[in-house]
Amino acid sequence: MAKADFEVPELQEYTEVPKYVEGTMAHSSPYVAKPDHQTPLGFPGALVPDWEEKTLEAMGDLLGKYRSFQVYLDSCVKCGACTDKCHYYLGTSDPKNMPVARQDLLRKVYRRYFTFAGKFFPKLVGAVDLTREVLDEWYSYFHQCSQCRRCSVFCPYGIDTAEISMAAREILDRIGYGQKYCNEIIAKVHKIGNNLGLPGPAIQNILDGLEEDVLDDTGVAVKFPLDVKGVDILLVTPSADFFAEPHIDGLIGYAKVFHECGVSWTVSTKASEAGNFGMFIGSYENMRRVSMRIREAAIELGVKRIVFGECGHAWRVAYAFLNTLAGPFDFLDPNYPVPQHILEFTWDAIQQGKLNLDKSANDDKVLTFHDSCNVARATRMGDKPGGQFEIPRNVIKAVCNNYVDMEADTIKERTFCCGGGGGLLTDDLMELRVKGAIPRINALNNVVQEHGVTHMAAICAICKSQFTKVIPYYGFEMDQIVSVHQLVSNAILLTGQGEQDDDDGEDDE
Amino acid sequence: MSFLTVVYALLFYSATAVLVIGVGRKIYIFAKAPAPLKIPTTPAPTTQTGVIMRMFREVVFFESLFKGAKWTWLFGWVFHMGLFLVLLRHVRYFQDPVWFPIELIQPFGAYAGFAMVAGLAGLFGRRMLVDRVRYISAPSDYLMLILLMLIGLSGLMMTFVAHTDIVAVKKFFLGLMTLSISELPADPVLLVHLALVALLMLIFPISKLLHAPGIFFSPTRNQVDNPRERRHLAEWAKRFEQQ
Ligand code: SF4
Ligand code: SF4
Repeated sequence: MAKADFEVPELQEYTEVPKYVEGTMAHSSPYVAKPDHQTPLGFPGALVPDWEEKTLEAMGDLLGKYRSFQVYLDSCVKCGACTDKCHYYLGTSDPKNMPVARQDLLRKVYRRYFTFAGKFFPKLVGAVDLTREVLDEWYSYFHQCSQCRRCSVFCPYGIDTAEISMAAREILDRIGYGQKYCNEIIAKVHKIGNNLGLPGPAIQNILDGLEEDVLDDTGVAVKFPLDVKGVDILLVTPSADFFAEPHIDGLIGYAKVFHECGVSWTVSTKASEAGNFGMFIGSYENMRRVSMRIREAAIELGVKRIVFGECGHAWRVAYAFLNTLAGPFDFLDPNYPVPQHILEFTWDAIQQGKLNLDKSANDDKVLTFHDSCNVARATRMGDKPGGQFEIPRNVIKAVCNNYVDMEADTIKERTFCCGGGGGLLTDDLMELRVKGAIPRINALNNVVQEHGVTHMAAICAICKSQFTKVIPYYGFEMDQIVSVHQLVSNAILLTGQGEQDDDDGEDDE
Repeated sequence: MSFLTVVYALLFYSATAVLVIGVGRKIYIFAKAPAPLKIPTTPAPTTQTGVIMRMFREVVFFESLFKGAKWTWLFGWVFHMGLFLVLLRHVRYFQDPVWFPIELIQPFGAYAGFAMVAGLAGLFGRRMLVDRVRYISAPSDYLMLILLMLIGLSGLMMTFVAHTDIVAVKKFFLGLMTLSISELPADPVLLVHLALVALLMLIFPISKLLHAPGIFFSPTRNQVDNPRERRHLAEWAKRFEQQ
């Protein structure tokens, strides 16, 4: 088990709703961005002297720009339906992690300065003055929201705390009080093209290495092209797919699928990142700047289609926002949706019988599937609502014999966040990440105990990184987390594979 | 004309004005603020018809609340449906002759008052007893429930205990509408009932009662899930395109 300098919650059979305990997470606050992280994004380097004024100004500006922000601040009736829905509340018992209480941190200031009732009867409606304490509390608790939207599913008005968190972070950024983790990463994308800051030659190296590995493994020359012009498909994938485990096994899976389908494809240095942390900080402009790299890469490379790799929030930005931010994509082949998810692509290929699959290759595993929050509650796959639940499961079942779903209250639209989404996947928030994962881990533990599940498949770079880091705290092994396309990769029999001698698989490395 | 009648006449004129202008202004603000991004909570309908159905289920059955909190749903739904019938029942005070469907629901409307108060009592109990809900409640949240309960109870009293001269009340309201005000009966229960209703109308546009128009403007519920098929661009975001 991993060591922790905080108390790791005990696993429960079913996640119980705790009685609230005030202040348990008041100390949790991520590192503040330095000027180097702020200025490339167009934000002031440090907290501006007139931050009170600027905060209210920014709030007023966002109220006029985002209907969600305005309507949600006005419409909450404090019914409490959301109070037991957030994994961070369930994991920490801190009442400010109840979605409505999180919104209220901002709403009480909104009321004080923007509403009649709050201006004249602040006590009555719970309105407060904007003070440094309030501001710090925003910083702390709006960085304890992974913007997973679970609360919005159950709210009678669809109030989405993620929208409030995004607005809060945008306000904080505009007054020079940004979060280091997100902003440093966005600055890297603006400069280099991906979250990890991998330059082109490094990516080339990795891809060359993968070509060799796959050749050694299968005897088939599967290509991993970079910056190749005139191909069919631009693959945009989270940069973690280039080096982290189990992400990279997913990338191998995509390449094998493309290879078998006989389509030409490429990765682009310029758009070497599917992730778009601009969403996490609620910055339309930064999100747009990051998205434009994809448009530019697609034009420069002259591709016909864009396909996204496995990543949750990236798929949200791609599916729901890309057309808005960087469209129109009328220069691409109109016969395909823009963009497409790799799972849509693979599922089509499976249905058309293009892949030769040997399910028994995954017989050493019993799988379950973690629905990523952004995929589940903010996007779709295929042309029917709910395709985002069916298609990944269909693909898994097409490549594995043993599959079990977790409890209904923890999957599909009710899925629990991995605990590390929304720009919180940083070591300075480790306690929050470990505790926030508990509802998911409880559900996983149940199927492990009852159905002998050995592995949990995920389709998000953040989920994969978060789980591999966090499940050891609960006594599981890192490699129990797998990519869906890793399973596909295991099961695919490439054309020509096994035609030479069969037993050369062991001698690599 | 008695002083009381004048006061109540003025009260209702101003309350109506505040309600109409206040809520109208808020609706204008909601409508004017663009939703720059597609953010429906998915799975979401892929057609406009689907969205209308979703909204219908939300407004009439409180679909999401049902998923979220069964007791709150039960109390909330009973209260709102009771209130709805009670409001319909009251339409008879504003028309002459009374519309046939309104005649029909009169008997139900009377009992709906009990349902309404019972639902409110349930909501009040929940607000006090569930620690999480108590934590998020401001004084105004309790007061709102008390106000509504008092309106309901005073109304029920007039129906079942201390009858008032409803013909005169009707004349008063019809008179208000035609600017020929007639005498309002000086029944204490009636006066309390009407004063509280006027108060409710006055605070409607500055309180959480804005959830009523709000739900129709909620982007997570009213957007069509078709971002790949149709480009969605807000007016203010267009300026980036020119760069
Ligand atoms: S469910 Fe919605 S209306 Fe109810 S308390 Fe939560 S945010 Fe407010
Ligand atoms: S969006 Fe997710 S993390 Fe944020 S408050 Fe809602 S349930 Fe919690």
